[in-house]
Amino acid sequence: MEGIVKRFPGVVANDGITLLVEPGEIHALLGENGAGKSTLMNILFGLYTPDEGVVAVNDQPVSFSGPRDAVLAGLGMVHQHFMLIPRFTVTENIILGNEGSGLVLDRTAAARRVREISESYGLLIDPEAKVEDLTVGLQQRVEILKALYHGSRILILDEPTALLTPQEIEDLYGILNRLKADGTTIIFITHKLKEVAAVSDKVTVIRRGKTVGERITSETTGQELADLMVGRGVSLTVARTPATPGRTILSAKNLTAQPIHGHKPLSIADLELRAGEILGVCGVEGNGQAELVEVLSGLRPITGGTLAVNEIDCGQRDPNGFREAGLSYIPEDRHHRGLVLDFPLWENVLLGNAQGEPFVRRGLVRGRKTQDVTRQLMADFDVRAPSPETPARALSGGNQQKLIIARELFRNPDVLLAIQPTRGLDVGAIEFVHKELVRVRDEGKAVMLLSYDLDEVMDLSDRIVVMSEYQITGEFVAGEVTRNHLGLLMGGRHSDEATQA
Amino acid sequence: MDHFFTLDLLTRILRMSTPLIFAALGGILSERSGVINIALEGLMLIGAFFAVAGTYWTGNVWLGLLIGVLCAMAGALIHAVWSITFRGDQIVVGTAVNLIALGLTAFLVQSIWGTAGGSDRVSSLPKIGGMSILVPLAFVMVPLVAFFLYRTKLGLRLQACGEHPQAAVSAGIDITRYRYLAVLGSGLLAGLGGAYLSIGNLNYFTLDMTNGRGFIALAAVILGGWNPWGALAACLLFGAAEGIQIQGQSTPGFPISSDLLVTLPYIVTLIAITLFVKARSGPAGLGRHATTS
Repeated sequence: MEGIVKRFPGVVANDGITLLVEPGEIHALLGENGAGKSTLMNILFGLYTPDEGVVAVNDQPVSFSGPRDAVLAGLGMVHQHFMLIPRFTVTENIILGNEGSGLVLDRTAAARRVREISESYGLLIDPEAKVEDLTVGLQQRVEILKALYHGSRILILDEPTALLTPQEIEDLYGILNRLKADGTTIIFITHKLKEVAAVSDKVTVIRRGKTVGERITSETTGQELADLMVGRGVSLTVARTPATPGRTILSAKNLTAQPIHGHKPLSIADLELRAGEILGVCGVEGNGQAELVEVLSGLRPITGGTLAVNEIDCGQRDPNGFREAGLSYIPEDRHHRGLVLDFPLWENVLLGNAQGEPFVRRGLVRGRKTQDVTRQLMADFDVRAPSPETPARALSGGNQQKLIIARELFRNPDVLLAIQPTRGLDVGAIEFVHKELVRVRDEGKAVMLLSYDLDEVMDLSDRIVVMSEYQITGEFVAGEVTRNHLGLLMGGRHSDEATQA
Repeated sequence: MDHFFTLDLLTRILRMSTPLIFAALGGILSERSGVINIALEGLMLIGAFFAVAGTYWTGNVWLGLLIGVLCAMAGALIHAVWSITFRGDQIVVGTAVNLIALGLTAFLVQSIWGTAGGSDRVSSLPKIGGMSILVPLAFVMVPLVAFFLYRTKLGLRLQACGEHPQAAVSAGIDITRYRYLAVLGSGLLAGLGGAYLSIGNLNYFTLDMTNGRGFIALAAVILGGWNPWGALAACLLFGAAEGIQIQGQSTPGFPISSDLLVTLPYIVTLIAITLFVKARSGPAGLGRHATTS
């Protein structure tokens, strides 16, 4: 792809991007959110027509009028949000659009073909399984198989690790290397530097719609790529001083609660959160973290034990009660729990803060006052948006997250629960969030950081607990435990086994 | 009460279920493709009216049936153009079609027959065993629709359009075409259901003769989990409620007041929906277009 330009009303999404991918290599396309990666790939895949520039596949200039043309030319796309139908079986999803001749489906033959192709690439999967029953990692496997089934020799993966656990990410790297060995060309879109280093041969960096550099992965550094991507020097690690933990602010004893799915109840024997520390919670997704968060924020009733915030018994309180006791909460899912996307920013700031002054007086919302405060928060937290009247939907993920943090800290809480606070954010925004968490800690507040990114937990935490099987299976002072040890505990080993291993 | 549980009751149940089955199958087609179809009521009414009008004009009940069904499909086409091509809100579009159907048929009854209440009598479709020939057809349609949905290529694609329109597009499926076909199919089936009411079960048209059956059919779609066999069971349940109601009214000395009895089908619908629907959910892409901003 050379000199690609694509304009949308009001923005130039691609402003002369060149991406040259050699056959049989893994080529990373690195750029922040909004840099133009997705637009570029949508052009390559025939969903958009470029205003200028040439797309060529195997040295032949092409002009696709839709995904079908791209597929016929040997391209396959694995979208970040999977294009899979949960209620269909693996086979049905894979053959959709390419079901074979005849009006009546031959499911047996189709399942056999799927099994053959899955075995030949070593991507084992049950063709009869329903996609909704599969883990995210296996669903991605179905997406890859779908592309291979349709004859793809060039595979585009859009942010493929966004939803995966560390182990699944390792598996994915293995799969990609196997596909490469088999002659498949892979374009790997990401904004994570670690992934570029882990899997790619070459990397093209784009910023604000322009190609800013192409490097051979083994000859560059993470710092160089980060600076290219952001356009200024960024710090990849967070500078912080040792913690000085104070009094216990949140305490849970023998806590139990019903699970969201399944039968195993959440069971927390002892969890304490002290002022002036960051407590990291690590674990593989689906081991009770979601339940723990809901319990600690008052969304899920407890069935036993005690839970206190600031020595106030919160066992029977609702989310408002937790707020009153001094707790703030950055939810995992910005779009569903953090914001009302169609509300303007100032109404979003009001959410959870509408108990009284300064936003509400005598039961009435003070619109102008709230807007003034919102404007101030936007300035303080670098939320880039035209005005407090802008709908939250129009903001980038990073700016949305900054707004949530601003709102949650506005109450001056004693405890901040930060759940996956950097998920889906780009490097610049991650840097901001991390610094903010450390700043909050240094102000003497208690911070709980729950993340499925083990590196993030290890970088930021003063104390780390591991969750596995709906329990806390290990507790460590940061710096006194290895990544490997935590990984084994996360995988369900017990502490003594992990020590021996 | 000796006269209550008779062969008559069974016949009534089958007869009352028939229009519901047709309309529910139509609803399944449309909703499985991702288009909410609350216009079933109006499409049935159009089918019912034009089947009579067509018979009246041509003197041939079969041509009347054809005209009724084609007109219901035309109504469905309006729904499709508005909701798919112009992306109108599907609930609003469906409501509009229902209102148009009600107004149009009332107006045409007045201008053709000069009465406010209903049409003249026309001939009706042939009967087998005291039941219209459309009754067995409705029951035959159930396995046909099920086979189409679950066993054919087109059915798989149609379901994909309803479950995840973006995924369907990225698989190269022209979802607009599939949704048009599905909505037209729902017009055909709802039209058959309507025509059954007028020239199958009876031999004339009265104003608003569908009397909420399109909505009851929609309830059957939901209660049956968007599955033809499930919908059949639900239609039989609702048909039974209506059959019992009519049988009760015509049984001398039946202990429940007839005013209360006529509400039975609606009460059964409400109870069934409350009890059984919680765990079910429809096609995930219902009412959604392929690209959302």
